[in-house]
Amino acid sequence: MAMKFEKISDGLYSLDVKGYVCPHPQLYTKSALSKMKAGDTLQLLFDNASSGESIASMCDKNGDEILEQITDAGSFKWTIKKC
Amino acid sequence: MDQVAAIAATGNAKAGSEAIAGRKNHLWAFLVVGFFVAVSVGAYAANELYVYLMAYLWFGFIYGMCLQGGRFCFSSAFRDLFAVGVPRMVVGIVIATVLFGLTASLVTANGMSAFHAAPFGVHSVVAGFVFGVGMVFAGGCASSSLYKTGEGNMVSAIVLLSISVTQAALVDAGGFLNKLVPDSWRASAAAKNLPASLTPTDGFVDQYLAGYVWNQPKATFADLLGLPNQSWAGAFVGNFLVGVVLPALAMLVVVYAFWARKGHLKKWKREGKPAGFGADLSGFWSMVMSSKRTAIAGLIIGIAAGLHMLVIEGLRRKFGIDNAGDILKAVGHDFGLSVKGTVFDPGYWYVTTQEAQWFGWLFNKLGWNNTTNIFFGLENGIPNPVFNLAGWMSISLIGGAAVMALLNNEFKFKKPTLELALWAVIGGSLMGVGARLGLGCNVGAFFVRTANGDTSGWLFGLGMVGGAYLGVKFFSWWTERKMAKEMAAAPDLQL
Repeated sequence: MAMKFEKISDGLYSLDVKGYVCPHPQLYTKSALSKMKAGDTLQLLFDNASSGESIASMCDKNGDEILEQITDAGSFKWTIKKC
Repeated sequence: MDQVAAIAATGNAKAGSEAIAGRKNHLWAFLVVGFFVAVSVGAYAANELYVYLMAYLWFGFIYGMCLQGGRFCFSSAFRDLFAVGVPRMVVGIVIATVLFGLTASLVTANGMSAFHAAPFGVHSVVAGFVFGVGMVFAGGCASSSLYKTGEGNMVSAIVLLSISVTQAALVDAGGFLNKLVPDSWRASAAAKNLPASLTPTDGFVDQYLAGYVWNQPKATFADLLGLPNQSWAGAFVGNFLVGVVLPALAMLVVVYAFWARKGHLKKWKREGKPAGFGADLSGFWSMVMSSKRTAIAGLIIGIAAGLHMLVIEGLRRKFGIDNAGDILKAVGHDFGLSVKGTVFDPGYWYVTTQEAQWFGWLFNKLGWNNTTNIFFGLENGIPNPVFNLAGWMSISLIGGAAVMALLNNEFKFKKPTLELALWAVIGGSLMGVGARLGLGCNVGAFFVRTANGDTSGWLFGLGMVGGAYLGVKFFSWWTERKMAKEMAAAPDLQL
């Protein structure tokens, strides 16, 4: 499955990196967030558990806020607000 | 009201399906544990000597649980540092190394260590570099590929296959590779007077080992300070304090200065706190505690790895053996023993050699005469994987990780895409080459050796960091390229 980055509405984006393993999810998340404006929200879909820890640390370091974390049978849906 | 009822019903249905999935996961976890219990009981019932197998098996299981629970990955440590500026895994690895160093020193000082320093030189750095590039391409190091396979990640399973096959083939490969060997290596290998069943002047790895690596010096930090390894001063001052604690501390200080300090001081200033040494001390500590999950895993791995050494050495003394080959001879499964009658039996945590042996055995059964090389023929043998005692350590590591993932609802069977499968094969092959040139992987050549005060461990680590940096640079370029393509194809993404 290919990576998918799309705009859902103004200020709301979606990045689907399901099927990808390290380091792709964290690199794509970093890249997507770098292209968004402060205050924009990213819905991130991934299923590589190990990437979650890195993404959470990256958000914490950069000040980006993780608004919601949903885990469902090995798949993760996180909502991240860019600072 | 109808809408509320419908939402409630949907919520109840979701909670119900989650509960069923949770119960299924628990059942699978019990089955995996049951399998390893059955193997242990069956082996012990067959022969008391197989308690040796049980030791490897259950330590492997603990490693698997810790690696998965702590997301413990040596590749992630350096890759995430360079790629996304996250130091948490480097911290976890340093904690594990220091803890293992402490327990290993206790074992060594009491004369119970089976550890031997490896030859060091430029080759350690070069091998680490090749391995480092490979682990970034593959998406995980040799040990994390095992635990991720346990999470149901089939990309990691491909990495595992690739490492194993590459090693098994490389250690016996001659042909055009012989032309790359300097004459001095060939002459030196020929002069080693190895058993007649071996062909040390045919094959790149044989000539590399006997003609070059064996001629290099071996030294622990205790040796460099002129202290006996098996003494309290040698083990604790030489190998632990100078060989582990000081370099580990220096590593953490560098990581803090370059990757964590700026962000911490910004936050500190925002909170209106005064700058100074206190701010840095607090920042350093918060970096160390940034992921309790990883730090705790590091702590348990460090202690378990030391206990593992103690238990195996204790069993060797109890049974009066030097090597697991003696057990295989005693129980009548002596196929695939080396010319010395030994098999691979490190006495501590190791990953890649047993993987090479699995495919070495398979290739041999398929008709490849691969017992004339040093790696299989002289040192490690190619026992049947069922009777490969150290091999069970890797199988159970996958099992331990699977149990942890199942219990945390994180198990997911993931089919590889063509792109990821390709990276897995390339990365796994590079790791296989690096592991054989470096006489081990991120565990055997880096973690175990650094913790035991072996100078070659830090040299391999230095190369590994350099390789990881190059791999990250490549993947960052690759990601940006794909992102740019995606954005160019979508007009509403012109940000």
